[in-house]
Amino acid sequence: MSWLDANRDYVLDMLLQHVRLSVPAIVISVLVAVVLGRVAWRWPRAGTVVLGSASLLYSVPALPLLIVIPVLLGIPLRSGLTLVVALAVYGTALLAGTAADAFGSVDARVREAAEAMGYSRAGLLWKVDLPLAVPVLLSGIRVVTVSTVSLVTIGALVGIPSLGNLLTDGFQRDIRAEIVTGVLGTMLLAVTLDALLVALGRVVTPWRAATPAGGAS
Amino acid sequence: MGIEFRDVGKTYPDGTVAVTGFSCTVPSHRTLALVGTSGSGKTTLMRMVNRMVEPTTGSVLIDGRDVRELDKVALRRSIGYVPQAGGLLPHRRVVDNVATVPVLTGTPRRAARDAALALLERVGIDPALGRRYPAQLSGGQQQRVAVARALAAEPNILLMDEPFGAVDPIVRRGLQDQLLQLQAELGKTIVLVTHDIDEAFRLGDEVVILRTGGIVAQTGTPKEIVAAPADEFVRDFIGADRAERALRTVDVDGRSVVVDGDGRPVGVLE
Ligand SMILES: Nc1ncnc2c1ncn2[C@@H]1O[C@H](COP(=O)(O)OP(=O)(O)OP(=O)(O)O)[C@@H](O)[C@H]1O
Ligand SMILES: [Mg+2]
Repeated sequence: MSWLDANRDYVLDMLLQHVRLSVPAIVISVLVAVVLGRVAWRWPRAGTVVLGSASLLYSVPALPLLIVIPVLLGIPLRSGLTLVVALAVYGTALLAGTAADAFGSVDARVREAAEAMGYSRAGLLWKVDLPLAVPVLLSGIRVVTVSTVSLVTIGALVGIPSLGNLLTDGFQRDIRAEIVTGVLGTMLLAVTLDALLVALGRVVTPWRAATPAGGAS
Repeated sequence: MGIEFRDVGKTYPDGTVAVTGFSCTVPSHRTLALVGTSGSGKTTLMRMVNRMVEPTTGSVLIDGRDVRELDKVALRRSIGYVPQAGGLLPHRRVVDNVATVPVLTGTPRRAARDAALALLERVGIDPALGRRYPAQLSGGQQQRVAVARALAAEPNILLMDEPFGAVDPIVRRGLQDQLLQLQAELGKTIVLVTHDIDEAFRLGDEVVILRTGGIVAQTGTPKEIVAAPADEFVRDFIGADRAERALRTVDVDGRSVVVDGDGRPVGVLE
């Protein structure tokens, strides 16, 4: 642990960079994926195309993507923005299908009753569909969160600092404690964000904690 | 003036003919019961009233106005709707479910909740249950809540789609009694869908018996239908030949005792 003691500020700085890169990427992924998922759920035929292209994007290798994005958007290769965009692309690709499923998971009878009571189209989306889609959506967001946090490390290969630097640097200079710190730090961050999401999920879906009467749900 | 179905028909995009040339008037403060076998177009007809289904021919009028001239959302908010079991919003507390439409139409939440608690009491639900979520209520309680919710915005019209279909017969009976009592006080114009002919006879001032394709087999008051079933289909549907419909009286010690077709006593003729 002496390496860690000696490099505490450096590690904390890299951790902070890691958070700064992953959180915006996750947030963007969620927003875009929910929109795409909604479109795919609402118009299934267009949806097939949308979700198909999304999974195709997911299969693009990371390094080429990191080089193509700056060219396409006219931003510097080494900027954090490049990595955030790349991770948002992966996150969206990973989440869009789940988001469509999440809307599909909403009980049709409930939607219909809400519509018949006089919810406007927007009201139906915000007050009925979205809250009821949260449980399935959240399971997808958790996957994206963990995957994004681990993917951030590849930024180190093109010079975008994060906990990944501990891995590249540790390998180059053969400092085992640095590598271990990088791996554990990344995992710890992923687990922490995941726990926060679970807690958030509990808060925004209080009805799920309520125990059903007579065992029926 | 109530609700008028004027020669309405509905053919779904896939070609299914659900309703053909249906005409009927439900006078204000009256209950129309639509009964028929599964797939006979009952729900389709009822949903034309709040424009959940648009007829492909003919029109539906409320107090003389074609519903197509009315704003969909405003129309729906002005009509009480009791869906089949499962229509409560699972993520809203019971009290907020009841307050849904008043809140949508701009009643302050606090006032809407207070009114909702009073309504819950009125349909026989302990207001203390208002804090629960729908899944924490029994099926019968959920249906009472659904009725309270439909009444919350004080609509003139109530649409009920097999409102008590998913509860056991004894609970159903209690719910029917409750509805009759409420209706005696409130005098709503009600369209009720059911496939239980006994429920239709108990709750309906006027009953329409439908056969597949939304074709009317018979329309009339329960008495008229029992007295003179139009055809074999209706006889069969209302169970005219069932023991409990074929009543007669026998004389016992000078009193007229009514017995059913099997000779079991039903009551005494006053
Ligand atoms: N959205 C739809 N698209 C195509 N066909 C439909 C649709 N809704 C209903 N139908 C068909 O129209 C017919 C009438 O349906 P409807 O739901 O009105 O019957 P119902 O009398 O309410 O039956 P149930 O007692 O089973 O509820 C049925 O054949 C049904 O399959
Ligand atoms: Mg039906």
